[in-house]
Amino acid sequence: MNPITPIINGLKITLKHMFMKPVTLQYPTERPKVAKRYRGLHALNVSHDKAKCVACYLCPTVCPAKCITVEAAEDANHDKYASVYEIDMLRCIFCGYCVEACPVDAVKMTEEFELANYNRQDFIYSKERLLVK
Amino acid sequence: MGIEILGLPLMYYIAMVAKVLVAFVFVLLTVAYATYAERKIIGHMQVRLGPMRTGWHGLLQPIADGVKLFFKEEIIPSQASTFAFLVAPLIALIPAFITFAVIPFGGVIEVAGYKIPLQIAAYYDTTAGQVFDVNVGVLYILAMSSLGVYGIVLAGWASNSKYSLMGGLRASAQMISYELAAGLSIIAVFMLSGTLSLTKIVELQSGFGGFEWYLFKQPLAAFMFFVCSLAEINRTPFDLPEAETELVSGFCTEYSSMKYAMFFMAEYANMVTVCALTVTLFLGGWNGPLTAAIPLLGPVYFIAKVYFLMFVCMWIRATLPRYRYDQLMHLGWKVFIPVALVNIIVTGIIGYFI
Repeated sequence: MNPITPIINGLKITLKHMFMKPVTLQYPTERPKVAKRYRGLHALNVSHDKAKCVACYLCPTVCPAKCITVEAAEDANHDKYASVYEIDMLRCIFCGYCVEACPVDAVKMTEEFELANYNRQDFIYSKERLLVK
Repeated sequence: MGIEILGLPLMYYIAMVAKVLVAFVFVLLTVAYATYAERKIIGHMQVRLGPMRTGWHGLLQPIADGVKLFFKEEIIPSQASTFAFLVAPLIALIPAFITFAVIPFGGVIEVAGYKIPLQIAAYYDTTAGQVFDVNVGVLYILAMSSLGVYGIVLAGWASNSKYSLMGGLRASAQMISYELAAGLSIIAVFMLSGTLSLTKIVELQSGFGGFEWYLFKQPLAAFMFFVCSLAEINRTPFDLPEAETELVSGFCTEYSSMKYAMFFMAEYANMVTVCALTVTLFLGGWNGPLTAAIPLLGPVYFIAKVYFLMFVCMWIRATLPRYRYDQLMHLGWKVFIPVALVNIIVTGIIGYFI
């Protein structure tokens, strides 16, 4: 083949691309569309003003990154509840196994993906921070 | 028109200074915004946006870049040859700009009864009734463009770094071999025009409503001249002297701050010059429809043509990968030079019989 044709074909392709809509997302001003079942920051579901969690320890057991800390306690109605429920976001791999394992649908994952913080302590999410607002 | 200095009216000096200032500022602005245009065009060709943040659609980007480079630390390597190291960016930059002295960017305009040809190194002689310019304009341009290589070689040598040296050597080898082919390909134009004066060459292309371009008579020469010029100013796909995959940044590896910026300005100014020269020699210069009636249309056509060619440069940059060094030398010595020679012979034969 002569050497000119491929160059002309290449030029045609680049010219065509110049009139396409750019795929760039102007991030802080434009927000990405998060997929429906996106696995972002965790949240603890609330029912009757209390977390649904019954401290069954299934989520720390299934967690492959060992990032969930649960401590069980007994409340005034002699029901078991999680007095401590912490997720270390620096260790979490966002696999969603905790959500799958939960028998009472207490843990879910939100569409929140901006999890940056200024110090390491802030990455350990306590129960209060995880509760659904 | 009473005052005369050295036998020339005062208006001559005013017009000269005005032309120099306007052309220089215009080229500088074009150089600054060529970087922006290049980033934008290549961005869009890669389905990106390019600069968007500094000002509306990133329009202030060149100014921000300039300010940033100005405040960068100035580093002179301890083992470098200091004088040559300092002088090299200037040697690269100045020829790139002074080439514009002989390029005609418009016809003759009349201001307050005094006729001014829109070409810096030219004046309108009222007694003879014609424009006098540098009658070896093209030779001057070829001389200046080969001076530019000294800056690059000197930068490579003075930096005392092997990457810089390799870049400088490559640059000199490349520029010299492509200058031959570029020079040979414009000889065919002189055989048609019979003159080296750029004003005359532009005038000769003014037929057919401003479309009697040498591009149509010498398409091969035009193509070869443009490609060889790209190689001579180290633009992609011939940017081997600064091939970052092999040579870090080539001859400007050791440079920083404004001296680095000067190399970049030189590169873009060279691009403007080469495009302007191609327009002058092959695309009819400032000729176009209605230039005789409205003289100010001349510069407009000229700028439009130059900008179009600069767009083509950027388009090529977005399309083609870099040549290998042996391919580059093969293309220069074994393809372009023989073809240019054959073109000269064929032009001569046709010119003899017609």
